[in-house]
Parts: sequence; C-alpha cells; structure tokens
Amino acid sequence: MASFSVLAKTALRDSRRNRSRLFLFMSSIILGIAALVAINSFNDNLTEDINRQAASLLGADLVMSADSKPEDAYLMKLDSLATEKSSEISMFSMAYLPNVDETQFVNIKALSGDFPYYGQIKTDPLEAVESFQEKNGLLADEGMMLQYELEIGDSIKLGTQFYPIQGKLQSGFGGQNMTSSFAPTVYMPGDKIYDTGLIQPGSMMDYNYYYQIKDGIDVDAWKSENRKGFRQDGMRLTTIEDRKEDLREAFDNLNYFLNLVALVSLLLGCIGVASSVFIYIKSKINAIAVFRCLGMSGRDAFMVYFIQIVVLALIGVVLGAALGSFIQYLIPMVLSDFLSIEVSSSISWKAISEGMIVGFVITILFALLPLIAVRKISPLRTLRASYEEDVAERDGLRWIVYIAIALSLFGFLFLLIGDAVTAGIFMAAIGISFLLLYLVSKAIVWMIKKWFPKNWNYVFRQGLSNLFRPNNQTQILLVSLGLGTAILTSLFIIQGMLLKNIALMDAGNQPNMILYGIEANQSSALAEITKSYDMPLIQEVPIVTMKLEAWKGKPKKEWFADTTSTSRRMWPARREARVSFRDTLNDTETLVSGNFYRPVTSPNDSIFISVEDDWAEALDVTLGDEVVFNVQGTRMKTYIGSLRNISFNNMSTRFFVLFPTGVLEEAPQFRVLVTKSPGIETTAKYRREVVKAFPNVSVIDLGMILNTVNTIIDKLSYIIKFMAGFSILTGLIVLISSLFLSKYQRIKESVLLRTIGASRRQLFLITSTEYLILGALSAATGIIIALTGSYLLTKFQLELDFIIQWWKILLVFVLVSVLTMLIGVFNSREVVTKSPLEVLRREQ
Amino acid sequence: MLEVLSDIDFEIKKGSSLAIVGPSGSGKTTLLGLCAGLDKASDGTVYLVEENINVLNEDERAAIRNKHVGFIFQNFQLVPTLTALENVMIPMELLGKSQARQTAMNLLTRVGLGDRSHHYPSQLSGGEQQRVSLARAFSNEPKILFADEPTGNLDDGTGQSIEKLLFELNHEKGTTLVIVTHDLELAAKTDRIIQLKGGKMVSDKSTRN
Repeated sequence: MASFSVLAKTALRDSRRNRSRLFLFMSSIILGIAALVAINSFNDNLTEDINRQAASLLGADLVMSADSKPEDAYLMKLDSLATEKSSEISMFSMAYLPNVDETQFVNIKALSGDFPYYGQIKTDPLEAVESFQEKNGLLADEGMMLQYELEIGDSIKLGTQFYPIQGKLQSGFGGQNMTSSFAPTVYMPGDKIYDTGLIQPGSMMDYNYYYQIKDGIDVDAWKSENRKGFRQDGMRLTTIEDRKEDLREAFDNLNYFLNLVALVSLLLGCIGVASSVFIYIKSKINAIAVFRCLGMSGRDAFMVYFIQIVVLALIGVVLGAALGSFIQYLIPMVLSDFLSIEVSSSISWKAISEGMIVGFVITILFALLPLIAVRKISPLRTLRASYEEDVAERDGLRWIVYIAIALSLFGFLFLLIGDAVTAGIFMAAIGISFLLLYLVSKAIVWMIKKWFPKNWNYVFRQGLSNLFRPNNQTQILLVSLGLGTAILTSLFIIQGMLLKNIALMDAGNQPNMILYGIEANQSSALAEITKSYDMPLIQEVPIVTMKLEAWKGKPKKEWFADTTSTSRRMWPARREARVSFRDTLNDTETLVSGNFYRPVTSPNDSIFISVEDDWAEALDVTLGDEVVFNVQGTRMKTYIGSLRNISFNNMSTRFFVLFPTGVLEEAPQFRVLVTKSPGIETTAKYRREVVKAFPNVSVIDLGMILNTVNTIIDKLSYIIKFMAGFSILTGLIVLISSLFLSKYQRIKESVLLRTIGASRRQLFLITSTEYLILGALSAATGIIIALTGSYLLTKFQLELDFIIQWWKILLVFVLVSVLTMLIGVFNSREVVTKSPLEVLRREQ
Repeated sequence: MLEVLSDIDFEIKKGSSLAIVGPSGSGKTTLLGLCAGLDKASDGTVYLVEENINVLNEDERAAIRNKHVGFIFQNFQLVPTLTALENVMIPMELLGKSQARQTAMNLLTRVGLGDRSHHYPSQLSGGEQQRVSLARAFSNEPKILFADEPTGNLDDGTGQSIEKLLFELNHEKGTTLVIVTHDLELAAKTDRIIQLKGGKMVSDKSTRN
C-alpha cells in the first residue's frame, strides 16, 4: 500500500479541476447539518431556559388550584408548610369602560398577598404592583389600555363596582400570551371581588393558592405523599418541578416537528451526497483506470477518493454547523409569539458536536455507497472504455454499507425520538417509501417500453426512449425526485389541512357569540334584547353545577383509594360537572346506545341521564349503571340511560352529562345563550347594552376567538414554511445533482447527434421531452405517496377531515415537472451553444 | 463463453522489441492486456518478469505493473486533473521514490516538454500528450513497456517523432518493448512481429534476418 502522504497528495491534486462537482456534494451536507444543528441548539437552549425560568414562571414553590372553593382542612395543611401565602380568584367576565363607553371580555385575577415570590409582575409605574391592593385599584393589561386609549386613573367597571386603574400590566404570569388578545388580564384586590356581584352560584372560577415553602421541606416529596387526597377533591398541586415538566411537554410537539424537519433535510442531503459522489466518481473512472494501470492497488485508489470525500465532508460539516448556529438565532425570533418563556440563543456545543458527528457519519456512509465501486474499476478500462459496464461484480461490502446506513439512521432516529418502536416505524416508513418509488419506477419503464408510442415525432420518441436506454438514470431520478416531492407535498397537505379545518369552524351559519353567567330571572329580558337586534336565539341552555360523588355503588374516595383500578383515567370525578337538561339530541350529537330521553314525571321516577362515551369510558360505566351526583348539597341518584358521541369540530355548547327535563328545573342554575351577530358594529352595540343591563353576564365573541386562533395558525404556518424551506432547498440541490448525473450520461449522445446534424431545436426538444416526462413521473409518484401517507395520518392520527387543496398539489406537480425540465435543459445548454468538438474534448 | 484467444505461445527476450499485428477483432488488445497483467487469462499461463501473473490477484498484479511495467496508449490516458509533471510523477510516487519531481522533470526535458511541465493535458496537443505519456511510461524505469497503437491518434509527422523517441528511450534504458499496431511500417522497426487472426497466432517472424 502506498504511503498516506502519497495518497493524500494524489487526492489533493486529483480534486483540483473538478471542484465544482464536489460543491454539490458539500452543499447537500451543509444544509442537512445546518438544519440539524440549528434545531438541536434551539431545543437545548429551550430545555436550559425552562430549567432556569421555571421558578419565575410559577412564581411560588407550590401552587394549589381548584375550580371550587377548597375545604379549610386542606388549606390549613398547606399553611403549615409555608412561610408566605397568597391567594387568587380568577374568572372571566365582562368589564365596562365608562370613559369610552365600551365593553371588553377580561380575565379578572383577584389577588391577595405578596405573590409572586420569584420573578415579577411587570407594571408601569413599577410600584403599582405593590400598591394596587392597598389603594383599591386595578392593574390593567397594557394592550387593552392602548386599544381603548385608557390612562392611569381611568375607571373600569367590574360587575357593579367601579375601580380606578393604578398601573399598566406589562407582563403577567404563565402562558397568557395566547388568551390575552381576547381576554386581557385585569388584577384587582382579592377581597374586593365579592363586592362586584360577579360571584354567583354556578359562576366559573378558579381558585389559586401560592405558597413560599419553609426551608428544609422537600416540597416534591411532600406533594407525592399528599397528592392523591387533594386530587380526589378536585385540587391540583403544582411545584416548580411540575412546571418544568409541563413546559417540556408543551414543547414536545414543537420539538417533534422541528426534529422531523431536521431529519427530512438530512435525509434529502444524504441522497444529494450519494448522487453527487456518484457523479464525481463517474467522471473519474478513466483517471482511476489509469492509476490502476500504473500500479495503484484498488484499495489505494479507493483511499485517494475517500480522503477527498472525508476532507470535504469535514469542511461541509464545519460550515453546516456554523450556518446552523447562525440560523438558531432566527428560530426564537420566528417562534417568539408562541413561547411563554424567553429562549436565549447561546451556542450549544452539545448540539454542534452531536450534529457534526451524526452528520459526518451519515454523510460518509452515504458517500461510501458509490465510493466503494472505485475498488472494482478495472485497469482494462484504459484499453477498452466499455469494459466496466459489461461486468457486474457482486460486492459484499455494499451490503455492509447498507446495513451500516440502516443502523446509523435507526440510531439517529432513536436519538431524536427516544423510542425504539417509533424509530423503527419511521425507518420502516422510509424503507417502504424507497421500495415503492423503486417499484413504481420499474413499472413505469416497463410500461413505456410496452406501449411505446411508435407514431410520435422522432424527437419526442428519442426523448421518451432515453428513459429506458442503456445508462438511463430513470430509476435513481424517480426515487430521489419522487421522495423529495413526497416529503414536500406531505408538508403542504398537512399544513393546508390544519388551516382549512380551523377555517371551516368560521364558515357558513355557525354561531359566533356566546353569553354566559346569565341568571335564571335575567333570561327572558336578555332574549328580548337579543331579538331586538334581529339576532337568533340559536341555543338557550340552562347549566347546573354538580359534583360526581359515587358510581357503580362505590363512593369516589374508594375508587381513588383502589389502586388496582385505572384511577389515572377518572378525570370526570375530579372536576365540577356542568350539566344541562333537555329532551332531544342536538345536531352535534349522535346516540351511540340506549334511549336518550326517558321523562321524569314524579319524584319517585328513576332518573336516566345521557353521558358522552369518553366520559363513560373514563369511569368504566355503561348503560344501566348507577351514578350519584351532589347537586349543591343534595344527593341525586341517577342511572345511565344512553351514551352519546359529541362532534367537536364546530363551536357550540357541549355537555358530557345531560339530565332529562323535570329534575333540575328548580336547582340553582345559570344559563348560556348562543347567537349569531351579523357584524362587528352590531356585536359592539349589543355587547354594550347587555353588559350595562346585566354586569354579571359575559359575552364572548367567537369571531374574536377565531381571530386569535387564525393568528396563531398564521404564525404556525409561517414557522412550518420557514422550516420546510430547509427541506425545499435541500430537495432542489438533490434535484440539481440528480440532473448532473444524467447530464453526464446524455451529453455525449447529444454531441453525437449534433455532430451528425441534429438542429438545436431538435436537441432542445429531445432534452425537454426527456426531462419533462421524468419530472412529471417523479412528481406524480411523490404526490401519490404523499396523498396516501397524509390521508392515513389525518384519519388515524390527527382525526381531522381530509381536505385537499388540489390547486396546491397541481402547483407542486407543475413546478417539479417544469423545474426538472428547466434544470435538465440548462445543464445541456453547452451541447447546444458550443461546438461539438469542444464539448467532446472537455468531457474526455 | 466466447473464446477470444487460443493457441498462443511465445516469449520475449529481455531488451528486445516485439510488434503484435492483425486485423480489427483479431485479439491484439486482449493479448496486450493479458501480457501486461491488466487482465487474467481464463486458461493457460502468462509469465511477466519471471512471475506467473495468473495466480496473482489484482492488487498483486498492480504491484508488478507499478515496479516493472510501463504503458503507452492510443488515446494517451493522461489524468486530466494532473499537470504534465504530476502525470509523469505518479508511478514514482506510488513506488515511494525520492526525487520523483526531479526525475520527472528530466524525463519531460528529454521528450522536449521541459517548458510545458505545468500544463494540463487539455492544454497540450495530441503529440505533446503522447510525449508526456512516454515520459511517464519510462519514469519507473520499467523492465517492459507495452504500447497500444502509440501513433494511432497522431498525424504522420508527429507519429514519426514519437516512434523515434520511443525506440531511442527503449535502447537507452534497455527496456523490452511490446507494441500493438496496425501500422506495418512501425512493426517493421521492431525485432520481431507476431501476427494474429481470429484470436490465433498465424505467424511469428523476426525482422532482423
């Protein structure tokens, strides 16, 4: 074997005049690695920031939350742990702004105590946060103040009382970014909320208690001992550790998506690597044969090119990591509206080194596929150019490389996903896609041969027959272009589908306004006001709050104590039930089993209720089972009379539990009214009148919520597009390198045709036909795979309606076909513009 | 299996020259490939510098080519990405010889291309390329040199100057020379001519009587 220095020197010299071909190879790696490093750096920073900011996001060592006032015994237990304590009642309600004669739906937080103990509530002026409780004033959301041109000192009416604004609320606590645009936060002194008259039986409120825990108490250990008792009575304990976990979970989906993008970019990059190295080696066959003839061993010849590839891969990996580290500064900017925490953009050496190692290994493995053929290039090629093509040697090493690629891809997927089964499924999906594309390309070539259009014009026949003549690149192009198209189309389809599904909620005759917190005696007056605006009473529903006490003859406490039961799933028992009563199903509901309505005519009649099927499943109850509720102090025994399925894809009131008429009419209750406003002006006027007349009634304009959701989705699609840009760019590079590949094959034939007298136009048509057909076939194959994949995904995973924007698919089809044709023709332009001799001499 | 060559048996004396002639498809190039260790015979034995190359694998044959064999091709076969000088240096560098650069430079000067050493093959004319190829062929001081139609791609004038150079170097270095050619004039300049027809040796004559 020749010394390393000789091989390295030869490698360096040999690479000199073909570096433009190697640039393709490098650009594939650079983009793949950049995506990987950028995304992993972002994830790393996110995890670190979550750890760092969790305390200041929770504001206390321990938070207890409940949707009804907790029993004193629990509160005393918590008090004994704490050095400091604050409490907060949080509810949604309407606020009236007398200065501008406007109403606004707000999130009232009635706070007592010195919360937060970590982090801060930012206000302008700064001291307002300290003084608003004493001065009996409010902290109002800065955005809302800006919108209505409110000043400090102006009044806001909450319920029946007016309060002055003491300060602008600049940032609150937790992930309130999403809701703040339709329900801005208003802080008020805790004890004053009872004066407003907003707290009525059935009002929806959250009670939060914030504790600073004494030194030496392990709050997480305490929580895990006591959690069960609190949970049984509908109370939730949250520690800083929980908050970290919640945040991590909240970002899991985002991470999953981003990782998917990184993987797709890397995979496309790898296809680019394999095909560009293939082109490179193809162009070097003659030189390799000469080296071999002059006595270089197969191993040395391989090493000469391996050294080139390793050096370029290293440069590519370093450039990719640098580009990725730069791009990660952009991600937090793109995502800023989504993140409830501040994400820093520091260099993550872990992400960089991981990205570089993974990228380098996968790049080298993919490059090895075409590279190992160098060992088998015969020196006889110096005497006979076609020698190699006639000899198909079986190479065991190729299989080893295939296995190494599969193993390293699996390892990489496992690193990303953290679950062997999912990683395996992903691998299988990728494998099946490749196989499908390969089979489709085989079938296509077979069909073209079988039904060859013999009567076509010569140039079209020539273009078409290029697809199956010796040295054709049909299969490799169909696989790489098809895969690229499949991935990109899937992204488009799923993105479009998410947006369309949400947009549908807004369409047609859907209600767009909900009024809630209506007391029974306000109901008819409110109906009158609504009718006077020519607005329909789409739904007018009574709501009674109650708690589940026992089912199947066993009290709730016993169910929870019974560790053998699947207590984790018993969510209906942990929350206050908001129940309605009626005698018919509405159009969002379908009866699954049983008899929906059995009237109750006398107090002795059994009460048959109707429950939602998931609700029943969570409690493991079915038709005929006994369920006992506590309706504001009164025990009420009922039986399950029917199971319903509720559709959640349009907006209206939904009830897990429905009573028959004749039972709850006299119970303390409030009402909900659903209507549709014809326009923004009517909405504002109507809302003003309702809130003035009934300060306790909340008006939620669904248009407002839809706007918020649309904004979120818009931003989300912006992120998807930003990240998909990566894949698209890598896909294009793969396209270009694939076409370089075929150019190498085609150029000599074109030169020959030109030499024997083909006109420019004829050559142009032959080339265009070949690439247009190739592009169209690849695009069609990719699109079919994407449609099948996303159909399965939407039906079984996302459970959405399968809505396809066909024009987008058509656009992808046309774009890929035309782009393939343009790049193909552009690559062959030399043949048309330069003299055949010049081209032949250069290609030698 | 197609039989390309059969009933061929000859040996070449050290330092002598031999031409293999015959019509197209008679098996000339195949025979050259076998003799030079570029290919393996399916039957029979080939000794190259006293080594039975039929029992060697490709890498072992490569080592023999590197040490003892030189090549000249009809289409020159220079590595397009290497300069003239680097092309000449390859065999010596593979052998790990010191002063490869100086020796290569001397050889290039000897073939009249001392001032073109840093040019790439595409910047040289056909004759110049073949001269570089000659310099390369002699750079490892081969015991035997194989030439496949060395003047086939050149005009008469250039062809003759290459022939002259080839034989001069052959005599200077005492290298055995095997030439495959259509050109009977060129063949006549060698010590001996073997004629092939349909893969068989039909004559083996000395030109020195």
